[in-house]
Amino acid sequence: MTFVRYHVRHETLYQYDQVVGESHHLLRLTPRALPWQRNLEHHLAIAPEPSVRRSFLDCFGNRITKIHFTADHEYLEIVSEFWVELRNRPKPSASAANVPWETVRDRLRYRADRKFPPDHLQATAFRFVSTNVPIDSQYAAYAREAFLPGRPLVEAADALMRMIHRDFSFDATATETFTPVEQAFKARRGVCQDFSHIMIACLRSVGLAARYMSGYILTHPPEGKERLVGADATHAWVAVFVPDFGWLELDPTNALRPDLEHITLGWGRDFSDITPMRGVLLGGGEHEPEIAVTVVPEEEFASLYADGETYLEELSPE
Amino acid sequence: MAKQRAVTDILRQYHPVPDRFDELGSMGSGPKSHWRPLLKQLNLESVDSLNLRSQAVANAIAEDGVTYNVYEDPRGDSRPWEVDLLPLVLGADEWQWLSKAVAQRAELLDRVLADLYGDQSLLKEGLMPPALVYGQAGFQWPCQGIQPAGGRFLHLYALDLARAPDGGWWVMADRTQAPSGAGYALQNRLVISRAFPAPFHNLPVTNLSEFFQGFQNSLAGMSPAGTESPLCVLLTPGRFNETYFEHVFLARYLGLPLVEGQDLTVRDDTVYLKTLQGLRRVHAIYRRLDDGFCDPLELRADSVLGIPGLLGAVRAGKVLMANALGSGVLESAALFGFLPEISKKLLGSPLAMPSVASWWCGEKPALDYVIEHLDELVIKPAFASMRMEPVFGYQVKGEERDALIKKMHAHPHAFVGQELVHLSQAPVWKGERDQPLATRSIGLRLFAAATPSGWRVMPGGLTRVAMDEGVEVISMQRGGLSKDTWVQARYTGPSTSLIKKRLQVSDLLDGERDTPSRVGENLFWMGRHSERAECTARLLRAAFNRLSGHDQASEEALLGLQQAAEQFGTLPEAEEDAVPEPLPEALLKAVSDLKFPGSVASILQALLFNASQVRDRLSSDNWHTLNRVGKPLSPAPATPDQSIRALNLVLLDCVSLAGFAMDDITRDASWVFLVIGRRLERLANLCTLICVPLFSDRFSRHAMLEWLLEVANSEVTYRTRYRRTPELLGVLHTLVMDASNPHSVMFQLRQLQKDLPEMGRKTGQLFPPDLGEALQRLQAVDLHPFERKRPDKACEALAELLCDIRSEVYRVSDEIQRQCFIHTRYSDRPVKPD
Repeated sequence: MTFVRYHVRHETLYQYDQVVGESHHLLRLTPRALPWQRNLEHHLAIAPEPSVRRSFLDCFGNRITKIHFTADHEYLEIVSEFWVELRNRPKPSASAANVPWETVRDRLRYRADRKFPPDHLQATAFRFVSTNVPIDSQYAAYAREAFLPGRPLVEAADALMRMIHRDFSFDATATETFTPVEQAFKARRGVCQDFSHIMIACLRSVGLAARYMSGYILTHPPEGKERLVGADATHAWVAVFVPDFGWLELDPTNALRPDLEHITLGWGRDFSDITPMRGVLLGGGEHEPEIAVTVVPEEEFASLYADGETYLEELSPE
Repeated sequence: MAKQRAVTDILRQYHPVPDRFDELGSMGSGPKSHWRPLLKQLNLESVDSLNLRSQAVANAIAEDGVTYNVYEDPRGDSRPWEVDLLPLVLGADEWQWLSKAVAQRAELLDRVLADLYGDQSLLKEGLMPPALVYGQAGFQWPCQGIQPAGGRFLHLYALDLARAPDGGWWVMADRTQAPSGAGYALQNRLVISRAFPAPFHNLPVTNLSEFFQGFQNSLAGMSPAGTESPLCVLLTPGRFNETYFEHVFLARYLGLPLVEGQDLTVRDDTVYLKTLQGLRRVHAIYRRLDDGFCDPLELRADSVLGIPGLLGAVRAGKVLMANALGSGVLESAALFGFLPEISKKLLGSPLAMPSVASWWCGEKPALDYVIEHLDELVIKPAFASMRMEPVFGYQVKGEERDALIKKMHAHPHAFVGQELVHLSQAPVWKGERDQPLATRSIGLRLFAAATPSGWRVMPGGLTRVAMDEGVEVISMQRGGLSKDTWVQARYTGPSTSLIKKRLQVSDLLDGERDTPSRVGENLFWMGRHSERAECTARLLRAAFNRLSGHDQASEEALLGLQQAAEQFGTLPEAEEDAVPEPLPEALLKAVSDLKFPGSVASILQALLFNASQVRDRLSSDNWHTLNRVGKPLSPAPATPDQSIRALNLVLLDCVSLAGFAMDDITRDASWVFLVIGRRLERLANLCTLICVPLFSDRFSRHAMLEWLLEVANSEVTYRTRYRRTPELLGVLHTLVMDASNPHSVMFQLRQLQKDLPEMGRKTGQLFPPDLGEALQRLQAVDLHPFERKRPDKACEALAELLCDIRSEVYRVSDEIQRQCFIHTRYSDRPVKPD
C-alpha cells in the first residue's frame, strides 16, 4: 500500500493594539489519528509562555489545547508543526454505494417502534440545524437536481458536490468568517468554508447526516513556479453518512473525494465546532491575526526549508 | 352611614364559573375545610377594612422595592410586583400527594439529564427521539461526558401546574435551567402572612424557611469544598434581567454574594471571586444565567455575561453548578409524550402526575393528528430556546392557518400540539362594595430542591393569576397578578419562623469581606471620570470665553488652551495635510458629540455607566445628580454662549458630585477607590495643564497663566493670596507646591501617599502602589530660579518632573487595576523580539 508524508506548518500571530491582561484560548490544531492518517510528530510552540496549558478531547473526539494567560501580553504567536502520513481512504463497497438516498433518509428518522443501530444513532447527531448551518426548503430545492428519486446516496452526493463546484465561484472577498450561509448561497460565491456549509445545509435539508471537516490540503504551485512558505491556507470539506460504510468525504471546493492530499485536523457539525483558534480576551482592542500555512510533501521539505527554520527536522528514514 | 357589608354576604355573591374546577369549593358542598380559617377572618371584616389590608399589601411591596422587569414595558425596567390579598389555600392531604409527585418528577428529570449527557441509553433504546436532544439549541454539546460535582444535575427544579375541571393536576411546563419565582413566592409570603396573621396561624400554614435552608445547606454540603469553608455565590445576568429583584432578594435571604460573570474568574480550572481583598475560591454557583451564556470560551462566544473557562472548572469537578450547565435541554413540551415510558425505565415506576396531553409533531402520525385537530389544540414551540408565542388553533383562520400548517410541515420537530386546559378558578380580591370578589384562572408554580436525603418540595409556591376574567393564558412576561400559596400543615405544633427579616451582623461582615472587585473598579472609574469631566468642562468654558478676543494675548491664550485640549483628547489632534476644522465648531463637538470619546457628554456617559453598576451604594441624591449632570448637553448647545451656559450647569453638578464623593459615601474598602480615582485623575490633569505654558516660550507662557488658574480652579486662591495679575512664580507655587491648595500637585501627591497605604490596609495588600519617589522629587523643587526674568531652563526641568509624575500616576492606576480588579500580573517578560 502506498503512503505519502507531509510536513505542515501553521503559524498564527496576533499583535494586539492594547495590552491584554488575561486571555483564554482553545486551539484545535492537532491532526486526528485515523485509519488512513498517522500523526508522526507534532510540535505546538506558544509564545509568550501561557500560565496554564492543558489538553483534552472535545465531544467529537478532536484534541483541544487550552491555554490561559494571566499576565500582560501584547502578542500571541502560535506555531503548529507536524509530520503526517496518509494512505488511501477506504471506498464504499458496491452494495453500500447502491443504497438509494431515500432509504438512508428514512433509516435516520426516529420511529417509536425501532431502535437505531449505534452508527446510525451517532449519525443522527449531524442531521439537524447547527450554529452556522440552517435547514430550509431552499437548500432542499437546490439539492433536488442531484437527489433524484431512487438515486443511490453516494452518486447523488457526488453530483451535489459537482453542482456546487459548477454553480459557485471561489471568491475570497465575497464572504468573511461569520457571513451567514444564506448570503453566500444567494450570491453563489465564497470560499471552502461557505461551500462546505452550503453542501451540509443541502444534505441536512433533504434529511441526511453531514459533518464539517477541517484540515489542510496540498496545493500545487503554478506551472514553473516554486512552492512558497506560507502560500497555503486551512481547508474545509464535507462528510456524509453512508450506512454500511461510514462517512464519505467530499470536497465541493475542488469537486473531488479527498484522498492523499487532504490532511484532517478534525470535524464537527460546522465551523463553530472546530474553529482552529477561539479565544476570550480582556483588553486587546482591534486585532486581526496574521496566518501562514505551509503544506509540503516530504521530498520537497529539505529544499523548501533550506535555512532550517522549522521546529521539526526531516523525518529519518524508517 | 354606609352600610358595612360583611364577607358572608360577599361569599354568597361569589359565582364559580361552570365547567371549571373552583379552588374554593363547589356550589353544592360549599367551601372546603382548609379555606375556613381564612374565610372566618374575612367574615369578621368589612370590605373597607379588607381594602385597607389590600392597600397595606401594595404599600409593603412598594416599600420593599419588589419589581418585575418587563421588556418593552412603557413603565421601563421596574414594574411593581402585584400580589392579590387572598392566598391560594391547599389542603394537607392534597399537598402530600402533590409534593410526592413533584419530587418524583424532579428525580426523574435529574436522571434524564444524567443519561443525555452521559451514555444516552434513552436514545439508544429509542425511548426518546434524537431530535429532542440534537435538534435543539438547549443541548449543550460541550457538556457531554461531564460528571457534575455533587453528583446531581438538578438542584432547584420548578414546574408549572394547572388543575383540570375534574380536579386533577397536570404538568404544563418543566423549569430545569434556572427557575425563577421562588424568591417572589417568599416575598409574597412575607407580605400576606402579615396581612392575615390569625388565619395563617390557625390553619396552620407550613413555613417556607426550612425549604430555603435545606437548599442552601445542600449547595454548601454537596459542593467540592473539601476541608475549606464552602463559598456559594448567586450568579445573575445583571440588573436588566426581568427577575433581577428576585436575585437581589434571594442573595440577601440566603446570605450569598450576588455576583455577575465579570466578578468571577477561572484560574487553573478553579473558580474564584474577585474581591477587593483578593481572589476567593468559589465552590458552588447558584446561577440565574442561562446555559449558553455561562462560558464564552466553550459555549456562546457572543456572551458578555459569562465566565471564560467555567466549563473547564466544571469538567474538573471543582465547582458545583446549580443547575448543571446544559440542563435547559429538558425545558421542552416535546418531551411530555415520552416521559411515561422513560419513568418506567429509569425509576421503575409509573409517572405519578401526568403532563398535559401533547403531540410532538416530529413523528408523522402526531403531525397529522395535530393538523387535523388544530381547533382543539394550542400550538407551541417544541423547545424553550425558540422564540415563538403559543398559537390557539381555533384563533387562526385562512391564510394565517395555511402558513402555520406549512411551517409545521417544513420543520415538524419544532412544534408541539397541546390540549387546551380549562384552568381552575380562584377568588381574587376586587374590593368593590357590590362585588368584592372576582374569579380568575390560576396556575401554580412549585419548586423542589435536591438535598442529600432526597428532594424537598417547597410547601407553597407561586400562584399566578390570569389578567382578566375568562382569560386562560397566564404569562408573567405580559405582566400579571400573583398570589401567596398556603399549604395546610399536617401536624399542629409550635412553628418557629426562621425567616431573617432584617440583616444580621453576620451578613454585614460577609459583605465587607467579599466586596466584589467590580464595585471598587466602578467607583475608581467614577472618580476618574467625574474629575475628568469637570476639568474638561472648565477647559472648554475657558476656551469659549476667549473665542471673541482679537488681541495677540487672547490669541496666544487660546492657542495654549487648544494645545491643552488636544493633549487631553478633548479636541482631535491636528492631522498632517488635513484642513483643520474651525476651532468654534471643534469646541462645540468637544462639548456634546457622543461620537467623540473625549467630549464632555461622552465622559459623563461613561461616568453614568460606572455609577449604574454601583447604584445600590449611592444615595438617592447622589444618583439624582449623576442622572442630571449631562442633561444640559442634550440637545447639543449650538452656539458658544449656549455652551457656556450649559457648561456652567454641568460644573455645578460636578462640584456636587465631588461633595458626595468626600462626604456622602460610607468609607469602606470600596470608597477609598473612588477617592484615589479622583486624586489620580486630578493629579494627571494638573500635570498636563501646567506643562503647556512651561513648554511654551516666554511671551505665550505669560498669556496662558490666567486660564491656567481658571481651569485648575485656583483663581480665588491666587487672587486672595497675591492680589495681583498672574505671574509665573506665584502661579507655580499655587498649582505645584502649595500643600494647602487641593488643586495643587503637592496636595494631591501627599494625600495619595496617605490614601494608597489605606487602600493597602483595607485590601490586605502587602505592597500597595507607592508614589514616594515622585513626592520626594517634588519636595526637592527649588522655586528660586523662577524669580529670574528668563527661567526657561527651570521651566523645562519642572515640566519634565511633571511629565514623570504623570507617568507615575498612570503606572499606579494600571497597578491598582491589575492587583485589585482584574487580578493579573504585570508581564515580566520582554516584548516580542523582532
